[in-house]
This record gives sequence, structure tokens and C-alpha cells, in this order.
Amino acid sequence: MERIPILQMGEFLLVTIQVDMHDQLALTLQEDLTERISRISARGVLIDISALDMVDSFIGRMIASISGLSRILDAETMVVGMQPAVAITLVELGLTLPGVSTALNVERGMQVLRQRLERT
Amino acid sequence: MNVRDSGSLPVRIEQDVVLARQLARKLAGECGMRLVDLTKLVTAVSELARNTVVYGGGGDMDWQILDNYGRTGLRLLFRDEGPGIPDINLALTDGWTSGGGLGLGLTGARRLVDEFELDTAPGQGTRVTITRWA
Ligand SMILES: Nc1ncnc2c1ncn2[C@@H]1O[C@H](COP(=O)(O)OP(=O)(O)OP(=O)(O)O)[C@@H](O)[C@H]1O
Ligand SMILES: [Mg+2]
Repeated sequence: MERIPILQMGEFLLVTIQVDMHDQLALTLQEDLTERISRISARGVLIDISALDMVDSFIGRMIASISGLSRILDAETMVVGMQPAVAITLVELGLTLPGVSTALNVERGMQVLRQRLERT
Repeated sequence: MNVRDSGSLPVRIEQDVVLARQLARKLAGECGMRLVDLTKLVTAVSELARNTVVYGGGGDMDWQILDNYGRTGLRLLFRDEGPGIPDINLALTDGWTSGGGLGLGLTGARRLVDEFELDTAPGQGTRVTITRWA
């Protein structure tokens, strides 16, 4: 089965979405991620969507639900690299992604996650 | 108004939603659409194509590249022979869903395009036409 790879970097997980995901692939990623977070007790998840040229309500819902699930498992989710055109479209679509943190790129996202961890 | 080119794509299964997005992206590019407009259109296509598969039981996406006094645009019709929508006003309310969705597909798609038309009735299937000008 087709899967999106999840990379472990210390206590963080990094997912780089590079394909135009169909819905089942998005759901599989959500399951895989939740399983990995709890297995390695990850403290943070970075989802790199810089290669995504579109985020619709389905992908948006997946991101929001990964973020919610990871919080329950004591990990923070950070969405990084959203293209400006995608961000503009999301707002107009009406998708606000409440509670989902964003950063410009992976380095910045990682930095923010580390800072947050130090504070706790 | 002139139809420069036209065609049709089956939208039956989930993977067809990806194909519909890709075709719309290519056609919007041929229309000379700017990146932001193109992104909005492709996102609307994704929402409507998914509705066609999930609620309409599958259908087709008909496309037309239009020339209107020097302006180029892309018109897309999503049509299915599914159950139709009993209450159009309700379906066009932000946040209303009959399934487990966010209820953003129809209303969001409407905001993302220049022209939007919903034609449906119970037992009559659903036809959604959208147009975005370059
Ligand atoms: N092609 C269709 N055939 C029958 N019913 C439809 C069709 N498209 C939409 N609907 C009905 O309209 C409702 C609203 O659709 P809309 O796309 O706005 O939201 P959703 O699909 O429920 O959630 P979301 O798109 O945010 O994931 C749907 O729940 C469904 O009941
Ligand atoms: Mg929908």
C-alpha cells in the first residue's frame, strides 16, 4: 500500500508531503502518525506542506485532527511551509485551522517546538 | 461568448478527485490564470469533485475554456445522477453537513470562484457549475 514516510529526528517526527494526496492516503497518514507518536513518545510533529499546491477541506480536516490527536498524546504539531496562495485560499474557503501552529519552514518550526519544550 | 475547447472527465472514485484537480490545474494554466486564482479554482474543484463521488455516487466533470471579448475563463460542470439535495439553502449554509464533513465544500467553493450555480432536486441528481475568469 502507498504510504507517506515519517522521519524520526530525536523526539520529533517529520512528515514531508510531496504527493497530491487522495483521501485514503491522508487517512493512512493520520493513523500512521498517531501510532508513531505514541510508540516513540514523540514530543513534536512537523508536517511540511511546502510541496502541496492545494489544501482543501479534507486535507485541512486531517491536519486539524492530527494536531488534536497529538496534543492528547502530549506532542505538539507544527505545520510548516504553507505556500502563500494556499494560505489565501484556505482563508477564503473558511478553514481557519484553530489550534494548529504554523511556521515558515522546517528549521523555524523545529526551533519553536524546542523553545516550547524547554518552557515546560 | 466563444467555447475555445471542451471535454469531460469521469469522476467516479476517490482517485478521480485527484485527476480532476490535476486536469483543472492544467486547463487553468492554459487560460493564463494567476497562481492565486488557479489555486482557488483547483481547491473548489477538489471540494465539488469529492461531493460528486461521496454524495452523488459518481458523475462527470465537463469543462469548457471560454473566450468572452478577450477574457479567458474556465467553466466546469459537476454532474451526477445521485439523490440530489433536498434543501438548497441549507446546503449552502456554512458548516452544514449531512455527513461527517465540515460543511465547507459548497459554500467554500462558491466563495472561491467568480460564478457559481447549483441545480438540484430530490431524486434529480446534482449539477454544480463554476466559472473562474483569468
Ligand atoms: N452532489 C451531491 N449530491 C447530493 N448531496 C450533496 C451533493 N453535494 C453536496 N451534497 C449535500 O450537501 C451537504 C453540504 O456539502 P458540503 O460539501 O458543503 O459539505 P460536506 O461535504 O458535508 O463537508 P466538507 O465538504 O466540508 O467536508 C453535504 O453534506 C450533502 O448532504
Ligand atoms: Mg463536501
